[in-house]
Amino acid sequence: MKREPLLHPGLNLGSTDEYAHNEAEPVIFGFWVFLMADLVLFAILFATYASMSVQGQADGPTPTDVFDLPSAFIETMLLLASSITFGMASLALKYKADGLHLVFWLGLTFCLGAGFVGMEVRDFWVMTQEGAVPQRSGFLSAFFLLVATHGIHVTAGLFWMIVLLVQLRVLGRTTAVKLRLMRLALFWHMLDIVWVCIFTFVYLFGVAQ
Amino acid sequence: MTSESIFSLLGTLTPQDISFVQTFENPVMSEFIDGAAGSVLVVGMIIVVGLLTYYRGWKTLWFDWLTSVDHKKVGIMYIVVAFVMLARAIIEGVLMRYQQSIAVNDPGILTADHFGQLFSTHGSIMIFFMAMPFITGMINYIMPQQIGARDVSFPLLNAISLWLTAAGAALVMISLVVGKFSTGGWTAYPPYTGIEFSPGEGVDYWIWSISLTSIGSTLTGVNFATTIYKNRAPGMTLFRMPLFCWTSLCTSVLMIFAMAPLTIATLMLALDRYAGFHFFTNDLGGNMMNYANLFWLFGHPEVYILILPAFGVFSEVISTFSGKTIYGYKSLVIATMSIAVLSFTVWLHHFFTMGQGANVNAIFGIATMLIGVPTGVKVYDWLLTMVRGRIRLTTAMLFSIMFLVTFVIGGLTGVILANPPVDFAVHNSLFLVAHFHNMVIPGVLFGMIAGYQFWFPKAFGFRLAERWGKASFWCWSFGFYLAFMPLYALGLMGAMRRTVEWFRPEYLGWLQVSFVGALLLFSGFLFLCVQLVVSIRQRDRRRVPAGDPWDGRSLEWSNSAPPPEYNFAVIPHVSGKDAFTQMKQEGQAYASPSAYEDIAVPKNSIVAPVIGIAAIAFGFALVWHIWWLVALSFLAMWGAVIARSFVTDTERVIPASKVRADHEAWLQQVRECTTTSREQEDTNSNVGRAEVLA
Repeated sequence: MKREPLLHPGLNLGSTDEYAHNEAEPVIFGFWVFLMADLVLFAILFATYASMSVQGQADGPTPTDVFDLPSAFIETMLLLASSITFGMASLALKYKADGLHLVFWLGLTFCLGAGFVGMEVRDFWVMTQEGAVPQRSGFLSAFFLLVATHGIHVTAGLFWMIVLLVQLRVLGRTTAVKLRLMRLALFWHMLDIVWVCIFTFVYLFGVAQ
Repeated sequence: MTSESIFSLLGTLTPQDISFVQTFENPVMSEFIDGAAGSVLVVGMIIVVGLLTYYRGWKTLWFDWLTSVDHKKVGIMYIVVAFVMLARAIIEGVLMRYQQSIAVNDPGILTADHFGQLFSTHGSIMIFFMAMPFITGMINYIMPQQIGARDVSFPLLNAISLWLTAAGAALVMISLVVGKFSTGGWTAYPPYTGIEFSPGEGVDYWIWSISLTSIGSTLTGVNFATTIYKNRAPGMTLFRMPLFCWTSLCTSVLMIFAMAPLTIATLMLALDRYAGFHFFTNDLGGNMMNYANLFWLFGHPEVYILILPAFGVFSEVISTFSGKTIYGYKSLVIATMSIAVLSFTVWLHHFFTMGQGANVNAIFGIATMLIGVPTGVKVYDWLLTMVRGRIRLTTAMLFSIMFLVTFVIGGLTGVILANPPVDFAVHNSLFLVAHFHNMVIPGVLFGMIAGYQFWFPKAFGFRLAERWGKASFWCWSFGFYLAFMPLYALGLMGAMRRTVEWFRPEYLGWLQVSFVGALLLFSGFLFLCVQLVVSIRQRDRRRVPAGDPWDGRSLEWSNSAPPPEYNFAVIPHVSGKDAFTQMKQEGQAYASPSAYEDIAVPKNSIVAPVIGIAAIAFGFALVWHIWWLVALSFLAMWGAVIARSFVTDTERVIPASKVRADHEAWLQQVRECTTTSREQEDTNSNVGRAEVLA
């Protein structure tokens, strides 16, 4: 039977694995579609934040009062670096036959991601201590929901990474595991883009006002 | 709320929350009705359990149905959920019509609180747990067969979506017995639904049942869209797909983009209620207008999520029972796509009166009227399909024709409402109630009933009794006009929706007519049940093993009825529209394939039921603040997902020899069948092999 032309060249499954490429088609495409739905969710949260960040302050703390820009900048760098290391992991998946490179880059990504989540939790803690709790105003409710939704996504990504590291060990580099790594990579890069938007529109715009 | 311990075993749940206890302590009519409804549910459950035990059905239920990931079985289970929920919501509708028809200068039989619960559950069920499962089930069953696929792209995800939807429906059912449901309507506008004005568990039931089903629908949308884009048979290009597949595609795209606003709106409402956030509160920077905004950003596309698959059904039914290919195929596709896009540009017409500027209202008013254009194109295409066709007035066709007439009337009142100045006058009146019932009953329900009549023989292998179907049709039609036309008049007279008691004697006659209509609608539902029972009893006479009782045009009619679990013994090659009609005319139908291959089908999985049961526990625990159960069920859900990802043996191979034996046996049977002319369609000589006219 004649195969349809491949629509996703350059998949990181190994260079000559045609069967796996065919299997990858619907799975990767479906995950892109899911990510779109997830991005709509973030778009709604951004819109809500935009409508409440100024009008919903209720004489409480303003963005300038509570945002710790240096900390947010370090978080940005951690997450951007983790995207690079995940990119290296994807390349290792395709070109390095030994598992060591892959595990190393995934491990590094995990550490950077965990560092990001840790610093974000610390930021939230500091804000809470200053009385900037979500119960204080509409602005803070919208802020915490938007940023924490992203943080929960990253945390979920970390758990996912642990599961896949275990699977690499238990199941080996099967097509299923490779496809899962590719989907996690897409997920991780998307979260990076969302964070760039959060850093720009929430933190930088907030402090610039 | 705050004083309870987070370690409390039963959270805020007390014996007084059980509806029978309330009836016992406060024996008034309204409580009796509530207790009776709860009893019906409990007794019904006991009867089902008893019958399953008596007929030793537990094994079949578990292994053949509940754990199945076959798209056809998942589809049927969706439709079963829809029918059960329809039964409840239609009775609630009749009860509300009765209350209003006697409550002129009289309190009637229901308390205001009970009436509030009734219109809230009626609306929520009809939209989320009747219409949504019905269309999802229909697409599930039909779409993969029409595009020549063996299953959807993600069969297990499909089953998980089903179970999340069923879990939401179960929560609404549980609220009948344990505690009360929301009184905030199906839209649950804050601040009324905030903790300050609705402190009980009712709104929480609404929030968690809706949240579960909205996640299920998002996943369904992803699944269907991927299936249509990636799983079509060779030669089945997009522009050769039957229209039902096109409308399914548009519905899936809408689900992907439109469910997230609902999920977020319910989540924010939950944070307001549970954690003291200020998204929609009156004070501290909350903005309840944002809720209306988010809700309708979902809510308007939702209308088209529901109605587009029904449009697809009408296209198939009208084309088949006119014996003609559909008129204006491309214009119908473009109209469907236009409706899908425009559906995102009109949500503001649900709150013209909220206080945005006149220009904003004007823009959304015009956008709303624009949707009438592609819809009009569709109506003309359907009419022109019938022109000079050999029309057979079967039940499915009757429902389709009645849809055309009734839906146009509803559309006209919609254009009236799209004028912001008119909308200011009739906003939230019974005129609006009449309008949206005028769209949704013919548009969605008639479509789904037509599809059910049309495809039932395909799914179960025997035809439904037309006589009872037609009786049901007349009840639905007259019932609809009697029940809802008076509401237009009442709305123009100033009657507001959701009113429990009236003080204007001139309403009385209209309301009584409307109640009679509601009774007819209920009879329509009863006749559908009678039709099912009668047909099951006569099933041996009504069988259509050859699988093509209506001279069908698309691929699903080319296999046996019911189809094998792999749908197609050999994946068909498609070379044009109306693929099966073409095969029949070219003499290619029922030809033996040259070679068979092994077929891998997904194995049953326990994951979906585990997630579903954990989701029910999760929602119930959140409603009653049982925090240990929240944590436990959350871990169970994700634990099931992770455990599943370690399972590598997920497919079962049916050897080519078995496929060949089964398929050749069926082909032999078909060749021995006598063909049926269209005049003989409704007689027992119809065994599912259509006469081919040159």
